[in-house]
This record gives sequence, structure tokens and C-alpha cells, in this order.
Amino acid sequence: MKARVFVTLKNGVLDPQGKAIGHALNNLGFDSVGEVRQGKVIDVELAERDEAVARARLKDMCEKLLANTVIEKYEFELKP
Amino acid sequence: MKSAVIVFPASNCDRDAQTALTALTGTKPFMVWHGDTEVPDVDLIVLPGGFSYGDYLRCGAMAAQSHIMRDVKKKADAGVAVLGICNGFQVLTEAGLLPGALMRNADLKFVCRPVELVIEESQSAFTRRYSKGEHVRFPVAHGEGNYFADDATLDRLEGEGRVLFRYAPGDNPNGSARNIAGILNEKRNVLGLMPHPERASDPLLGSISGRPLFQSLIDTLS
Repeated sequence: MKARVFVTLKNGVLDPQGKAIGHALNNLGFDSVGEVRQGKVIDVELAERDEAVARARLKDMCEKLLANTVIEKYEFELKP
Repeated sequence: MKSAVIVFPASNCDRDAQTALTALTGTKPFMVWHGDTEVPDVDLIVLPGGFSYGDYLRCGAMAAQSHIMRDVKKKADAGVAVLGICNGFQVLTEAGLLPGALMRNADLKFVCRPVELVIEESQSAFTRRYSKGEHVRFPVAHGEGNYFADDATLDRLEGEGRVLFRYAPGDNPNGSARNIAGILNEKRNVLGLMPHPERASDPLLGSISGRPLFQSLIDTLS
């Protein structure tokens, strides 16, 4: 089973990189761009076959390492 | 006072810490590799500056999971003094030994220069040789030193006298919340700070205003 984990800064946490990207897009003429937030994508291959078990394991991985829950939130999707 | 410096792959201030500790305590610290499982019996454990594990994932995130950190946590819980400088501060927050997190500097620039600090609290094992309100200059050298914690945590840190170092007004190099440069844990035996006292401990380096931090520890722990 494959999983894709998305780690992003929590709402309200300043994201200077996102801001810089937003400014750059505006400078390129993309006037419609509002707030930009940057995050990470982490692809994980899992040996688990059971989706519920895989979800529980992924949650544990995110809490323990993949995200710093003081400043980041996470979500993930599973692909068979 | 017996001390140990933990060495992670890509620590680069481990020898600065070793030099300062050797000069000020008269005894060479143990240099303990991250893959070891036990820190020798010491009074002070230093987590040095650097870029442990190449800052992969997040600064300090990998080091916080290393073998040796299990024993550092155990010893910190038992009351051994722990000093995390720069990357060491990042490791301490990632390991859950200190609250909050250190984020990218607000202006996205790596900052490497002396900064002016205010001693906020002299009632600690780390700052008793300073006076409250005293200004000192330590160098900083980091890209991710922007201290963040929620308001409740910040209020608590301030209310409990756990903010030991603040950047002087107008000299906050990274956007840290409430100008915070260094904080204590609840038990007051673990300090994390972004500026480098070990690089301000010899006249050759242009400043000795970091010395009283180590002398405070010697007073307390010897």
C-alpha cells in the first residue's frame, strides 16, 4: 500500500516562504493570487494490507516524526 | 563539574563547546557520539550547535530520535542540567524537553552576527552570575531561530520566570515571539537558547560575556 502524507503549517502560523512565493507570483503578473502557504509531501510505502491498520500506523508516524504538531498539521491519502 | 557534549553527525559547535568547557571547568568534557546509548555520569550535558543530520525533515527532528537522546531525556528527568545551544535548542524542542518550536527566520535569511541580549532572569542555575536586566552580546548563527509557541505557553513561560534571555528591543534577528532567545523547562534544569555563549567565552573571540553562564553552572553543580 502507498501513502501520501501532506504536512502544512497550522492556520495562524506565519509562513514566510509562502509569503515570498505569493509575492513572486504577483510580480509575475498572477494578480489573482491571494495567500500562498507552502508545505511538504512525503510518500511512504507500507507493508500493511489492512486500510484501518495502515491509517493508524500513519497517524502514529505523523505524530511522532513526520509533523511537528506544535506548528504543523497533517493529512494523508492511501493508494492500494 | 563534569560535563558531556553530545556529537551528532553535522554538529559543528561541539568543539567550541568542548574548548569553552575545558577552559572554564579545567576538565575536558566527554564527547559522546549520537549512536551511543548512555551518557557518562556528569553534572551537565551540552547539545551543541550545528546542522545535525543535515537538518533533514526539520531542524533537530532526526537528532531528537537518536539513541543517545533517550538517555539524555532520562537524565534530564532525573535533574541533570542540560544546555542546548542553537541546533541543540532545536533538538530539545523536537524531543519535547522544551515547549514550542523554532521556525524559519521571519525574513528567510541566515543570520550570523553578534546580537544584544537582555538577561531576563538571574534566578537560575544558568544565569545566577548575571544580574537581571543586564545586557550581554553573544553571536547568533542560524536560519531557523524564530521561536514560536501559542499565547498560553508564552504567558506561562513569562509568568514562571522561564524566559532567561530575550533579544534586546530592536535587535530581534529572527522574528521570535516576544523577543525570546532562551527558555527553561518547568523543572528549571534544561535551558535552550539560540545565541552562542560558548563563542563568547574567550577574549580572542571578541567577547567573554558568555563566561558567566558556564561559571553559574560551575557554582551550582560543582
